[in-house]
Amino acid sequence: MLNIKNLHVQLEDEDKQILKGVDLTVEAGKVHAIMGPNGSGKSTLSYVLSGKGGYEVTDGSATLDGESLLELEAEERAAAGLFLAFQYPVEIPGVGNMTFLRTAVNAQRKARGEDEMSAAEFLKEVRATAKSLKIDADMLKRPVNVGFSGGEKKRNEILQMAMLSPKMCILDETDSGLDVDAMKLVAEGVNALRDENRGFLVITHYQRLLDHIKPDVVHIMANGRIIKSGGPELALEVENNGYADILAEVE
Amino acid sequence: MALPELKKTATEARLNAMELPEGGCLVDARRAALSRVQTMGLPNRRDEYWKYTRPDTLTQDTAPTAAVFKHDEAPIFGEFDCLKIVFVDGVYDAEASDDFELEGVQISRLSEIDAKDIHWTKDLYGVLEARGQDPVQRPLAALNTAFANDGVAIWVTGKPSKPINLVYNHNSDSSDAMLHHVIRVDAGAEATVLENGPAAARFNKCIEVDIADGGALHMVCAQGRDHERRAATHMFARLRKESVFKSFTLTVNGVLTRNETVVELLGDDAVVHVAGACVGDGDFHHDDTVFITHEGENCESRQVFKKVLRNGATGVFQGKILVKDTAQKTDGYQISQALMLDDDSQFLAKPELEIYADDVACSHGSTSGAIDEEALFYLQSRGVPLNEATDLLTLAFLAEAVDEIGDQDVAETIVSRLENWLIRRH
Ligand SMILES: Nc1ncnc2c1ncn2[C@@H]1O[C@H](COP(=O)(O)OP(=O)(O)O)[C@@H](O)[C@H]1O
Ligand SMILES: [Mg+2]
Repeated sequence: MLNIKNLHVQLEDEDKQILKGVDLTVEAGKVHAIMGPNGSGKSTLSYVLSGKGGYEVTDGSATLDGESLLELEAEERAAAGLFLAFQYPVEIPGVGNMTFLRTAVNAQRKARGEDEMSAAEFLKEVRATAKSLKIDADMLKRPVNVGFSGGEKKRNEILQMAMLSPKMCILDETDSGLDVDAMKLVAEGVNALRDENRGFLVITHYQRLLDHIKPDVVHIMANGRIIKSGGPELALEVENNGYADILAEVE
Repeated sequence: MALPELKKTATEARLNAMELPEGGCLVDARRAALSRVQTMGLPNRRDEYWKYTRPDTLTQDTAPTAAVFKHDEAPIFGEFDCLKIVFVDGVYDAEASDDFELEGVQISRLSEIDAKDIHWTKDLYGVLEARGQDPVQRPLAALNTAFANDGVAIWVTGKPSKPINLVYNHNSDSSDAMLHHVIRVDAGAEATVLENGPAAARFNKCIEVDIADGGALHMVCAQGRDHERRAATHMFARLRKESVFKSFTLTVNGVLTRNETVVELLGDDAVVHVAGACVGDGDFHHDDTVFITHEGENCESRQVFKKVLRNGATGVFQGKILVKDTAQKTDGYQISQALMLDDDSQFLAKPELEIYADDVACSHGSTSGAIDEEALFYLQSRGVPLNEATDLLTLAFLAEAVDEIGDQDVAETIVSRLENWLIRRH
């Protein structure tokens, strides 16, 4: 499904290499986790895949179901089925959460040549999904993420993911800043979307989240590369011993 | 003090080209206004109050021509049930206007009043304008009081069931129009006045508003879509105890617009909100100049001005809150913001507070900036195309001003016109 080969990325304004040859394949139906020290390039990878400006791809490729992502505009990648749950969801004063969601859903449908969702249909679906994530009506009415707590912002990301129903979901530290209950809610939201046609790339610092979202494969990223991959036990190893052993092993 | 020679000559040249309407009960007010103009002189670019906006084309004796802009958008308030009063290039159009029959309001034309010896308008015409000449001079308003020969006097005695819609059509490339309206709102009475249209190649409009205890007036104005038209407007409002005055102005295009609003909060517990949203590109120059004086206690004033500028457009804001020593518990708020859709535009702002009372809460802010790139990417990452995402954020930027409109339907109409303007630029 998601195929990343030898991806090299540097900053546009600065001669600074951040990704130094990332290779990664996420198959449909699978959950891959990426762990790694701060500053290793995890967020950069998620941004580059979803089309944020300011980065230059100097080598390598990234495809989703065979279609190259890197030439597409961010909105085209979204319409192609890619979704990023942001590490730091953006506040948008003046734009209602509901308006935002409906605009997004219908923009993607339009881009794919599908009919727009009717207001009634949309409302019904958004209410049901919001309820399962314990997002109340007030949060739906308020401007996007404005005045939301950390946990509310992350739940709002999952709500968007559920409504947009993407093929490939990237979650960037969706667990950071969440208490145990909020994390369970988020994990349940993600698990509800797991199916054989959908891939997940879950970026996290902590094994904790992976207790709730069971990964098929765990990758360790350091200094702009995937340095080790393995099963769920790799996450436990990191939890117990930190990254030092793995980093030393690789060097 | 004698006027500088240049100003004197320019003022005389303009005045010589005009004729004072004669006779009737307004003639004294007109003569007094004329002498105010002669004393003050018309503004020129050396005047501090005209530092950011060049008045030349507003004061010169012939109006620069402005092509009538043809478009297929329906009149903005056409859908609403209103009492419609139409002016074409500043001249009343009886054919296109409704009868002035509406319960709770009495309406007369200025030209009729001019022909009478006694009329209530006499106590207001030019009175608020004259008061508004201090501490800052507004000669173009005095010029209007002296020479405007059309307009309406609206006396709100009750709560009319529908808004009064003043329509300003522009038909001639060289029209030079002056309209003067007087609006009196009795105690406890309430009305809505909607205005729309570009009015003329050059338009000088003056409105005097006097609201008695507990009265309320809501005004929404849309200044048309003509690109080349010029407008200098003044609104003078006097508010008594517990009265409410809300005004919102939409400006779309126009090579030159100067909208001045002068409000005196005389009674206690009065509320005034003055708001404006403008969008323009290229030659567009838009100036909001506001002066609010708090004299009564516990009054609230809000100024909310938002400007969207692109492709070399200029936005100006001069806003002042003056709190006199009697005006304890004043709640004053002022915000002026510009959103630059590119690097070529400019926003010039001069926010001012002058406070002589000690128990007041006043805040003001002025910012200019570009579209928030992070928000833009967030929207795009959800599948919203760049153009649409930019429009959404632009409308969000304007929302605080549009939200000042009390009527939901009117507000939605304004938003849709703003959205259309943005979409036409995709
Ligand atoms: N836009 C940027 N400007 C400057 N430095 C950046 C930018 N984006 C990423 N970096 C740098 O790249 C490195 C990787 O960052 P990031 O991808 O956020 O790591 P992680 O998410 O793994 O913590 C860090 O050293 C960070 O400072
Ligand atoms: Mg990160």
